[in-house]
Amino acid sequence: MTRRARLGLFAVSGAALAGLFVWALTGLPAFGDFHGEYGRILNSVAGTERHVTNVASSVVFDYRGFDTLGEEFILFTAVMGVALLLREARDDRERPRDEVRSDAVRAVGLALVGPTVVLGLYIVAHGYLTPGGGFQGGVALAAGLVLLYAAGRYRSYRAASPQGMVDFAEGVSAGGYVAVGIAALIAGSAYLENVVDLGTKGTLAAAGTIPILNATAGLEVAAAMVLLFHEFLEEVIYPE
Amino acid sequence: MSFLPYALAAWLFFVGLYGVVTSRNLVHLVICLGVVQSSTYVLLLAIGYRTGKKAPIFTSGVPVKVGAVDPVVQALTLTDIVVGVTVAALLLALVIEIWKRSGTVDPDELRRKDT
Repeated sequence: MTRRARLGLFAVSGAALAGLFVWALTGLPAFGDFHGEYGRILNSVAGTERHVTNVASSVVFDYRGFDTLGEEFILFTAVMGVALLLREARDDRERPRDEVRSDAVRAVGLALVGPTVVLGLYIVAHGYLTPGGGFQGGVALAAGLVLLYAAGRYRSYRAASPQGMVDFAEGVSAGGYVAVGIAALIAGSAYLENVVDLGTKGTLAAAGTIPILNATAGLEVAAAMVLLFHEFLEEVIYPE
Repeated sequence: MSFLPYALAAWLFFVGLYGVVTSRNLVHLVICLGVVQSSTYVLLLAIGYRTGKKAPIFTSGVPVKVGAVDPVVQALTLTDIVVGVTVAALLLALVIEIWKRSGTVDPDELRRKDT
């Protein structure tokens, strides 16, 4: 198909789709006027039912915990797919060699590694209290490691995140989420039901299984991101 | 002006789709797909917004009675973002493979080589 024909086809079908899109939008509640009962009820009961202060986290790791299991495995499978595609076909050439030559970039970047990792841990740990959680904090954790590469050397980045350890963390965290669900079954409840003591609301020792699932998600996301960076960075060839 | 968030979602969707259709580079195409997906974040969050309400986080001092925006669509958006990132990573890995095999990432060029 020529470009012109393709654009023509897009103009016609895009216009039809846009019509349907606008029609669907007119059926939505007016902006700011949402009356979803599910969310409203959760907002009023999650605090007493699950001892959380961040209701969105209780949806992710408890009320919709089973969906998050699926989500974790989408992440897991996609990362395995990337590893399978790129690792298999990689020719044995030298590791990328690079060094940041600007002292300013190196100093500021490396000084930020520690704070970024701490920030990531903080966001993961407080996911059910304040904004954040395993998914968001996991990305920040991975960003801290990647700073080692961006502001330092590829070798230091690889040394800080050994392949075997990252692979292991990825598998253990995905399996850990499943295991928490099975533990609930053994305790005589439904799969992934919150069976652990709920603790004191507003403290780190609260919300039962939510902190555990939240932590596995944090580890899973951090490991997945680092694995992805590994695979893509190994593809890069730097001019020497 | 209450239709603006929905208009933004529609704009992101179609501008991204236009990019996908007219793309001359597979990496660019993956980014465009990301733009299309961003429209779903805006749409989800716009639907769950309730005028005057804050984020669904009830730390001490925030009474539960005041209510908040919908937490369910926020959790859905989180899932959406994770799926978006993983799909992008997988597609970019495929682009690398395509480039290794055929030396081009232009969809039209690929078609020519195929026939």
